[in-house]
Amino acid sequence: MTGLDPTFWLDQPPFAMDAEAKAAALTQTMNALTEWHRQHCPAYARILDVATDADGPVQTLAQVPFIPVRLFKEMDLRSVPEDQVFKTMTSSGTSGQQVSRIFLDRETSALQTKILSRIMGEVIGRKRLPMLVIDSPSVLKDRNAFSARGAGILGFSMFGQNVTYALDDKMNLDLPAIEAFLDRHAGQPVFLFGFTFMIWQHFYKPLQALGQRLAIDQGVLLHGGGWKKLQDEAVSSRDFRATLQDCAGIDRVVNYYGMVEQTGSIFLECEEGFLHAPAYADVIVRDLGDFSTLPPGETGLVEVLSMIPRSYPGHALLTEDLGRIEGLDHCACGRRGTHFTIAGRVARAEVRGCSDTYEAAA
Amino acid sequence: MSSAEKYDAAFIETFLLEPKDLAALKYQEVESWDSVGHMALIAALEEAFAIELDIDDIIEFSSYEAGKAILSKYDVKIEPV
Repeated sequence: MTGLDPTFWLDQPPFAMDAEAKAAALTQTMNALTEWHRQHCPAYARILDVATDADGPVQTLAQVPFIPVRLFKEMDLRSVPEDQVFKTMTSSGTSGQQVSRIFLDRETSALQTKILSRIMGEVIGRKRLPMLVIDSPSVLKDRNAFSARGAGILGFSMFGQNVTYALDDKMNLDLPAIEAFLDRHAGQPVFLFGFTFMIWQHFYKPLQALGQRLAIDQGVLLHGGGWKKLQDEAVSSRDFRATLQDCAGIDRVVNYYGMVEQTGSIFLECEEGFLHAPAYADVIVRDLGDFSTLPPGETGLVEVLSMIPRSYPGHALLTEDLGRIEGLDHCACGRRGTHFTIAGRVARAEVRGCSDTYEAAA
Repeated sequence: MSSAEKYDAAFIETFLLEPKDLAALKYQEVESWDSVGHMALIAALEEAFAIELDIDDIIEFSSYEAGKAILSKYDVKIEPV
C-alpha cells in the first residue's frame, strides 16, 4: 500500500522497478495526493470540479487529473496554511514573462532533497564529491531572492564538497580557480554542474578561444536547463558530449530534464541518449488537440508526474514541452522505467528554463 | 579546543550569533541559517572534525540539538564543557 507516506518510495532504487509494479504503486500515491490537494487547496478543488468527471480514485496513471503548469503563474496554489510556507520558488523566465510561484513547506522541501539524493547516487555514487560549478557565484548573492538558476545550483551543491565556481562575477572563465581546484583534487573523481547554455557559452567557448584543453578525466558533468539556445546553434546532445570530452577531457556528461514545479524528481539521460523516469516520477505524452494519451513513438505534449509535491498541487502537470516516449523498461542501457526524448516546446509557449532564459552579453 | 567548543564555534562563526542563542537554534529560524548558511555550517563542521557527512544527515541536521546526535554517528561526542 502506498499512500501519502513516502517511505516506500525512499526505499526504491531509482531505476529498478518494472513498469507494471511501478504504475500500480505510483497510481495509489497519485490518488492519495489528488485527494490531499483537493481537501487542502480550494482553488485546486474547484479546478477538479470543472475539469474532471471522476471524483474518486483512478485506475491508471493516465487517468490522474492533471493541470497545466502555467496555472502556477496565474494563481497562488497552496495546500498548506500560509504560515507553513518557508520557501517560495519562482521559475526562470525572461524579463516581462510571468513566473511560476511554488510554495514549499519543510516536509516537501526535505522530500525534494531526499528523492534527488537517490537519483544523484546514479550520477556520482554514494559519497559527495569535490564540486566545480560552471557558473558565477554572483547568482547566489541575493540570498532573499534566488533565481531558479541560483536555487538549482544551491540544490545540487548539497552533493558537492569544496564547492568551487569556474566563472567569476562577470561570467568570465576563472582559469586559476579551476586549475587550483583540479590540483587540489588530482586523481580523484570530481563532480561538475552547470546549465547547458552557460557551459557552452562561458566554459567551452573561452577554452576554445584560448586554445586551452583541460584534463578533468575523472569528472562527471551534470547539466540541464533546456536546449533551445543550443538547438538554435545546431548543437545536439551528442555534439555537446563530444565537445566537453574534447575540451575538458570529461568522459561522463549527463543531461537532465526537470523543472522547478517538480524539483527533486529529475529525469536523467542515459548512455543511449534517452531520458529516464525514475521510480518516483513518470511521463505521459498527450495529443495536442484532445489530450488523449499517445503511444510510444508519437510526439505530443509531455505530462510529468511526481510523488513529491505536498505543499502545492503539482503532482501531475501538463508541460509546454513536446516529447516522445521511446520505450518502457527495455532501454539498451539496462535501466528500467519509461524512457523518452524531448523534441522542443510548443509554438507560442513562453521561453523558460535556466539555460534558455539566460541572455548572454554580446 | 574540546569537541563542544569546536561545535559551538562552527555555529557562532558561520551565523554570527552569541553563545546564549545556540541551545534553541533551529534551521531557518534565524536569517543567517538559510539554505546557503546550511551548507556553510556543514563545511565548517566537516573541517573542524575532519569528517564527511552523508547527504541524508545533512538534510536531517535541522537544529543545534539534532546536530549533536547526528555527529555522534561519526564518533564525534559533543559533551557539555
